[in-house]
Amino acid sequence: MKFRRLIFANLFRKKIRLVLTIGSFAVALFLFAFLAVVRGAFNRGADVAGADRLVVIDRVSIINLIPLKYRDQILQIPGVKCITHNNWFGGVYQDEKNFFPQFVIDPENQRQVFPELVVPDDQWNNFLKDRQGAIAGARTAERFHWKIGDRIPIKTTLYGGGSWEFNLDGIYHGQRPENDETQFWFQWDYFEERIPQVIKGQIGWYVLRVNSPDDAVRVAKAIDEKFANSPNETKTETESAFAAGWVKQFGNIQFLILTIGSVVFFTLLLVTGNTMAISVRERTSELAVLKAIGFSGRAVLFFILTESLVIAVVGGFLGLGLALLAVPALARALNGMLPQLVLEPSILGFGLLAALAVGIASGILPGLGAMRMRVVNALRRV
Amino acid sequence: MVRVDGNGGSQSLIRVRGLNKTYSRGGEKIQVLQGLNLDVDKGDFVAFMGPSGSGKTTLLNLLGGLDVPSAGSITVAGDEITHMSGSKLTQWRARHVGFIFQMYNLIPVLTAYQNVELPLLLTKLSGSDRRKHVETALAVVGLSDRMHHYPRQLSGGQEQRVTIARAIVSDPTFLLCDEPTGDLDRKSADEIMALIEELVGKYGKTVLMVTHDPVVAARAHTTLHLEKGVLVEGKASPQSVLAGGAA
Repeated sequence: MKFRRLIFANLFRKKIRLVLTIGSFAVALFLFAFLAVVRGAFNRGADVAGADRLVVIDRVSIINLIPLKYRDQILQIPGVKCITHNNWFGGVYQDEKNFFPQFVIDPENQRQVFPELVVPDDQWNNFLKDRQGAIAGARTAERFHWKIGDRIPIKTTLYGGGSWEFNLDGIYHGQRPENDETQFWFQWDYFEERIPQVIKGQIGWYVLRVNSPDDAVRVAKAIDEKFANSPNETKTETESAFAAGWVKQFGNIQFLILTIGSVVFFTLLLVTGNTMAISVRERTSELAVLKAIGFSGRAVLFFILTESLVIAVVGGFLGLGLALLAVPALARALNGMLPQLVLEPSILGFGLLAALAVGIASGILPGLGAMRMRVVNALRRV
Repeated sequence: MVRVDGNGGSQSLIRVRGLNKTYSRGGEKIQVLQGLNLDVDKGDFVAFMGPSGSGKTTLLNLLGGLDVPSAGSITVAGDEITHMSGSKLTQWRARHVGFIFQMYNLIPVLTAYQNVELPLLLTKLSGSDRRKHVETALAVVGLSDRMHHYPRQLSGGQEQRVTIARAIVSDPTFLLCDEPTGDLDRKSADEIMALIEELVGKYGKTVLMVTHDPVVAARAHTTLHLEKGVLVEGKASPQSVLAGGAA
């Protein structure tokens, strides 16, 4: 492109200004990517939720336990394919800061209900045979450098407190990058054996799969009606609704992130728009000379838009590249405090598109002004 | 042959008839040019003089297609430019006009070579052909050894030489010079005028020049004075002399 030299010479005219403007883009795009990742993390439960999965909890609160004996009654409801149950354990490994979610699972049905969390068969079979066996998510195993066969003590203040010992029999992997690989599972029988008598036979929640997503509403209604007016009434909802409800406990994250993101981009638009306007105004006479010697108004507009787009693209790539490096590091640093942080290609794509849009928006007004500028008037200002 | 009586032949390179230009300023109409006629042949070197505000630069802008007249016609090499659209006029300028400005108006972030190359970027010439043209133009103005210097690394006279090289590189039909020596010392001004004379004498260029400087104007073949919106030949009126713009 024969105009390349002219465009780049103008871009590098004020190097500090160029660096600062590109820096603004980079910071804004980094912030955008980071906010989108956090939003994604909070919505992850809803995103990865199976359309055919329902969650059954106590109607009052998830912290209330519900009877294990409900399982057989639920299974009798037409449309229910399989069911499993979980309890929250709430322990820590070695130190308080080593938090990760531990769940008591029903080994017979866990894999049918959560097929996307894959455990190799040989490891699963060893787990089934080992009353103190445990399965860890790949990220948690990696975080604590666990390997199969390790003896893992988990301290808890719940269920009578004390340290519980587990044998790591297997490691599960998610089929998708968004799947949570931080959980730690152990057997219901081992749990039931050690907990106080008063809570024996009580589970935290059920997760079940229905034959078809079309059955979900009917089955959920049937379950809640079945246990209506009982000492433990239930609340059944789809897994995605359950996950969304969980996120709502933290406040309106979606609105907060959208607001911050909009402010960031609007500020970026003002900053770059102002920069481009100053840049064009500074060289009014030069642009007039270009038009005098035969460059069309459209060519002048093209030069200015290209400059702002180059700034946007370079800044965008820098910011998103920084996010690509920072998000995995942040995910490691958070140690599972937040759901899986994933910088998805769609975030990168949208970020780049947003950068291009800001680039065009910031260059278009000064560019149109230069395009329409009357050469005679501009030369008179010299 | 330069004529201002409107009786020039149709073979004139530049033919201006009944040119009017009126500006509006604060609701007041100011008529700068009033039925101006001009005929310029190929190879002529014409200087326009006149007091400030007499319309010299306006005339130059109209001749260069940078502005449109209120009435009248301008025909250059058979093309009437007064009715051309903006985009046509832009293309016409690229092909037919070489501009030389008082303040040089070079792009400061481009080297002398790159500044001279600018008009050629609008042509379909290959990179190597552009290089040949640029090197030739810079050789004509005596700046072959400064082609990779930026404007800030050149003297005023050298900058004006680069402007001249930029004006001639695409071999335009005529050159328009607006106070080409206005920002130069006498020695540099003499050198620039010698160069312009060389362009006329040796290369057959047609040059129309606006100047306040009688010494500079004297180097042209013909000096025309703008008085009351029309051109007159020969000596200026006493009023023009008192206004400091006449020979």
